[in-house]
Amino acid sequence: MTARIGVVTFPGSLDDRDTQRAIRVAGAEPVALWHKDKDLKQVDAVVLCGGFSYGDYLRAGAIARFSPVMEPLLEQAKAGLPVLGICNGFQILTEAHLLPGTMLRNDHLHFICRDQKLRVENAETSWTTDYSAGQEIHIPLKNNDGQYVADAYTLDKLEAEGRVAFRYLDFNPNGSQRDIAGVTNAAGNVVGLMPHPEHAVEPLIGTGRTDGLPFFTSILKKLVNA
Amino acid sequence: MARVVVDVMLKPEILDPQGQAVQRALPRLGFDGISDVRQGKRFELEVDGPVDEAALARIHDLAESFLANTVIEDFTIRVEEVAEAVK
Repeated sequence: MTARIGVVTFPGSLDDRDTQRAIRVAGAEPVALWHKDKDLKQVDAVVLCGGFSYGDYLRAGAIARFSPVMEPLLEQAKAGLPVLGICNGFQILTEAHLLPGTMLRNDHLHFICRDQKLRVENAETSWTTDYSAGQEIHIPLKNNDGQYVADAYTLDKLEAEGRVAFRYLDFNPNGSQRDIAGVTNAAGNVVGLMPHPEHAVEPLIGTGRTDGLPFFTSILKKLVNA
Repeated sequence: MARVVVDVMLKPEILDPQGQAVQRALPRLGFDGISDVRQGKRFELEVDGPVDEAALARIHDLAESFLANTVIEDFTIRVEEVAEAVK
């Protein structure tokens, strides 16, 4: 039996199908979850995908964070359920306070879409064990509100605890503090990042590389070996 | 009936690129002498029933948990009496 990984669809989610496909390509079984679901269908992990849930009204992720599905998700994430938030999913996780900091408008005020170079800083989270620490990868980035901010104390703490999981390399595309592209919680089961690994799992599309696939093979290995 | 107004502003130490973009446009439009612009949000809550201490406490919770993200934003709450309908 393989691992079952849930993908939540909110009103305005865009990348749920791509995320399900990435999970399948990695060899796991995607399970569609709906924002109104009150249980998580006993999945082994959850991905909150990219898009513009609730039109980004109020703040990106602020309304999705109070969806019915978030209630069991919050509870189980705190108990160790692996959760990955990509782009809007990352914004939802910060709004839900599962991850520290938050995202502001890109400093240049433009939507940005580009192939982005990243460095994997932490290869020990539930979602990154198939990378090696310091590995450089290229995956697509596309967002309007991608500027990661937190107070200096939080940033220092994240750095000291190795919780900056990914950093932008060569070019900071949105003004994120300390070039932070993604962070993890202390336990390593909840990870969020702005760039989109699910768009880089097959050579034919995305960046023409499969640099995003290890996110999904990492979690599969963790769950199957558990 | 009363109206409660919640103003949400980015904290002073948080960069406000939208406010900066507005400020940069001002000289071009002939507005001089404005040294800084910060952009925020205003929420007008029409409250059924009395706006007593309990109601304000609930609105404070609402503002803190939902209307503002206190990682980056501050908020203020004030009560605005709604004027009687003009005859």
